[in-house]
Amino acid sequence: MKTTFDVNKIRKDFPLIDGQPLAYLDNSATSQKPVQVLAAVEQFYREQNANPFRGLYELSNIATNAYEEARSLCAEFIGAKDSCEVIFTRNASESLNLLAYSLGRGLTAADEIISTVAEHHSNMLPWQHTARAIGATVRYLHPDREGNFSLEEFKSLLSSKTKIVAMTQMSNVFGRAIDLKPFIDAAHEAGAVFVADASQSIAHMPVNVQELDVDFLAFSGHKMLAPMGIGVLYGKAKLLEKMPPFLTGGEMIEYVTLEDTTYAPLPHKFEAGTVNAGGAVGLGAAIRYLNAMDRTAALAHEDALTARAIDALMQIPHVNILGAKDAADHHGIVTFTIDGVHPHDVAAILAEADIAVRAGHHCTQPLHQYLEIPSTTRASLMFYNTFDEIDRFADAVSRIRSLMGYND
Amino acid sequence: MDNRTFYNEILTAHNLHPYNKHPLPNPGVWKRGVNPSCGDDILLQLTLEDGVIKEGSFVGTGCAISQASADIMLDLILGKTTEEALRLKDIFLRMIKGETEEDELEELDEAICLRDVSHMPTRVKCAVLGWHTLEEILKKPEEEDGASPLPTTTE
Ligand SMILES: Cc1ncc(COP(=O)(O)O)c(C=O)c1O
Repeated sequence: MKTTFDVNKIRKDFPLIDGQPLAYLDNSATSQKPVQVLAAVEQFYREQNANPFRGLYELSNIATNAYEEARSLCAEFIGAKDSCEVIFTRNASESLNLLAYSLGRGLTAADEIISTVAEHHSNMLPWQHTARAIGATVRYLHPDREGNFSLEEFKSLLSSKTKIVAMTQMSNVFGRAIDLKPFIDAAHEAGAVFVADASQSIAHMPVNVQELDVDFLAFSGHKMLAPMGIGVLYGKAKLLEKMPPFLTGGEMIEYVTLEDTTYAPLPHKFEAGTVNAGGAVGLGAAIRYLNAMDRTAALAHEDALTARAIDALMQIPHVNILGAKDAADHHGIVTFTIDGVHPHDVAAILAEADIAVRAGHHCTQPLHQYLEIPSTTRASLMFYNTFDEIDRFADAVSRIRSLMGYND
Repeated sequence: MDNRTFYNEILTAHNLHPYNKHPLPNPGVWKRGVNPSCGDDILLQLTLEDGVIKEGSFVGTGCAISQASADIMLDLILGKTTEEALRLKDIFLRMIKGETEEDELEELDEAICLRDVSHMPTRVKCAVLGWHTLEEILKKPEEEDGASPLPTTTE
């Protein structure tokens, strides 16, 4: 696919990688940050810093406004009805732990949670933990080799006992975009709430919570150009209102006596303590950055890069790519193995060639166990990557077996 | 890619053709060593006689660094006394920390090929896995329980 996307211009916004020898292909772990985001964070602390909500003076109001403006930007970005449905957390892991704790309070031993074998540990362990504490059951949906899920199998797991379904919108190993809508509809028919992990999808496809009719959605800012330490939990207001808080403390109350507490209205009920206002402002700036660019063209460029990588890797003997055959189903994620070479050695050899990839189980041990692959190497792309970087990567991969002493 | 690679010929040869990687039919002592970060998992087996390492081998799976290092270690320690083996272990561990003198290094023979691990902090555990397992065996050997020893997975 040919696009008119000007990656060289875009790269000027990312000084850490622009004109640098390093090909950064570990974007699923965390993305790089554009200067616009860095400037916004700095500006907040230089010009607007005070503790939001607490001060009865102008500067505190300014800080509060900056923080709340970021919340509105997030709400708009994911198509939420109201910005009070956006709760700021540290990251997707915290968002999912909040849910597992708070929704878990309403479960009994007879209840069931459905999750999938392809989940990141962050969308698996909180549910496991909650279920164990209550004596409830977690049932698992299995992906096929292409990273797809069967709606039929899902429906066979669903019953009136199902209270929560927690599922990823895009696996960080397969990169396939899962059309969650039919799963969400089926879960609702069974009377369950649906939790979507959008950590991976958020930067690589448009996400709209109202179109999906999803009940909860979690993601981290740092994988979508924002600083580390700011994450989002979206939840439908009518559900969040009924849920008990997760963390308690400052700024999340209405009235406290020694015996009892009434909690603050949404979203503050779920934001105990001093908030990460600088991080939120950075996330707001990241969203502005994404909104200002031609996102369709950016995603098309990502698809073209992915296709180039997959086409090249498919030509290399002894290289096996996980997931879909069609590059269009990978959304920048190319997870692979090389026969006879351990993934950590693959990543170390690529590092010697100034190429950053990740190797291991990518926080998805049960998925690797299910696929019977101990570990894998993953290249993950972003719109600021170049065809040149992909070619360097593929060239380096093609030399690995001979470097390791194989005479192919 | 330039030609300077950590994965030199000595290392790759020991990884691809490990001479000492096979089960030992009747080991006197054995110990499993695991490095969760890379998933390296080895079983080191030795036969000791009058304080001398008479026989030794390993089985298991893992990255090239862990496997080559264990193979090279066995080349070095077979036929040596346990004190001598522990002394070599000390030199090896110091080499990995970048704290050895040139003349000491000669004693490590082919194990010198792992010297640059000192610049790869995330791989140190792989390089020292065999040596740490050796140290544990020699300090606290697990006696044979009559049955044949634990896993014999070769790859
Ligand atoms: C699919 C998926 N879910 C959850 C997470 C957890 O994100 P974080 O570590 O930012 O909480 C990640 C990334 O690590 C991910 O890829």
